[in-house]
Amino acid sequence: MLRINCPFCGLRDHHEFTYGGDATVERPALSERSMEAWYQYVFVRTNPAGWMQEYWQHTGGCRAWLVVERNTRTHEIGATHLARDRITEVDRG
Amino acid sequence: MQAYSAWNLFTHALRGHKQWPEAWRKRAPKSGYDAIIVGGGGHGLATAYYLARNHGIRNVAVLEKGWIGGGNVGRNTTIVRSNYMIGGNTPFYEWSMKLWEGLAHDLNFNVMLSQRGHMILAHSADQLHAFTRKANTMRAHGIDAEILDRDALLREVPYLNDAPDARFRFHGAIVQRRGGTARHDAVAWGYARAADRLGVEIIENCAVEDFIVEGGRIKGVETSQGTIRAERVGLAVAGHSSELGRKLDLELPIESHVLQAFVTEPVKPLVDHVIAFGAELFYLSQSDKGGLVFGGSIDGYNSYAARGNLPIVHNVAELACAVAPCFSRLRLLRHWGGVMDMSMDGSPIISKTPIDNLYFNGGWNYLGFKATPASGWTFAHTIANDAPHELNACYSLDRFRHGVQLDEEGTGPFPRLH
Repeated sequence: MLRINCPFCGLRDHHEFTYGGDATVERPALSERSMEAWYQYVFVRTNPAGWMQEYWQHTGGCRAWLVVERNTRTHEIGATHLARDRITEVDRG
Repeated sequence: MQAYSAWNLFTHALRGHKQWPEAWRKRAPKSGYDAIIVGGGGHGLATAYYLARNHGIRNVAVLEKGWIGGGNVGRNTTIVRSNYMIGGNTPFYEWSMKLWEGLAHDLNFNVMLSQRGHMILAHSADQLHAFTRKANTMRAHGIDAEILDRDALLREVPYLNDAPDARFRFHGAIVQRRGGTARHDAVAWGYARAADRLGVEIIENCAVEDFIVEGGRIKGVETSQGTIRAERVGLAVAGHSSELGRKLDLELPIESHVLQAFVTEPVKPLVDHVIAFGAELFYLSQSDKGGLVFGGSIDGYNSYAARGNLPIVHNVAELACAVAPCFSRLRLLRHWGGVMDMSMDGSPIISKTPIDNLYFNGGWNYLGFKATPASGWTFAHTIANDAPHELNACYSLDRFRHGVQLDEEGTGPFPRLH
């Protein structure tokens, strides 16, 4: 069982969470007209073997979206923080 | 190399079966080949075999980082079927099914194909209607498909849980009688042996560490056993496609996920078919040794660890008991995991790549084992002709760029949902 440390709820089993995939993928600005940029966002993944940043939502708890560092080779879990604290370039405009 | 036949079996029996030659020769790599296949799983071996058999390209090496049969070809639930509905998938998997039907003779190796019938259970009238549409599509392509109503299903599979308080009662099923199982190890060994007989060199314990690309064209590979040059290189390393793709700057619409399988203690014959539950992803069959073989969903998060997690173990056990409460007292003997390429549309990729003479085969999701013969057949064609076969043209790597994905389940670009 993976155990994820939710900043609000504490250490919880991963089946309380819903997986949201690679957290390093950034959605282009809605005004972006380049098909290439959208292709990269929707389909292309780096799929790292090792440490990965990924989204998990605590659907069985506080419902917060988290960014969790996890090792895809060992399932070891590293730092966890709130997704809203991760301000992206697109958010900054 | 000696053919397997009744006469040879008899003569070797007289000698205590101590003088059978090895099924394929142990090889050290040469400095160059006409073609290299990276990955000695079912698909890589099948590709090498059909390159030699169909296209006369025999100066071929298959490079396997571990040993033959040690990867996903030996980790699946051994199901073969061709009950797919959307364009492209229907003819591809049917060609695979046809190849399965002649495979043991073709390879001179008993792959123990057992066409015991594959059925998917329907738990609502609407689901049965959807299955009827699928069955009609299959029949229009000349594939056998049958719809069983509730009474016919319960007559044929009497142990299903049809109690009045059952959560998922049965409205019927779609059946493909030609579907069933094959012995997965035999598929790997059979293709390896047959390819070896045609001159293909199978090199085990040879990990590809890097690639030689000159002027946008592949020229060979760097391996743990030295540099090997080749005019053409095919990748068939599903599960680890992204790791090799990274060395080539290939952009891949793939995530690696772990898929578990389970086997129970052996019991007397009970499950005559391959049965897929219709309310959630769960499928089972009974092995020749008597163990029930269970499969379920992927664990649902990216993983390169070939071991699964407890929620899926629970889930699969619960679904088994929902299908048939008589399974509840069986003990699971083993469970294991395999690392799958999950593609963004749930369909495979058999394709040319942006690098000349480099070809890619991967993204197999749940589909790899049943597709082994057709995958090898069409990938060999793609490599030999530098152009896809008509059956794999739809599986191009650039379909994602052009919006022509093949999403059989209709779940969108989310690998964990396929």
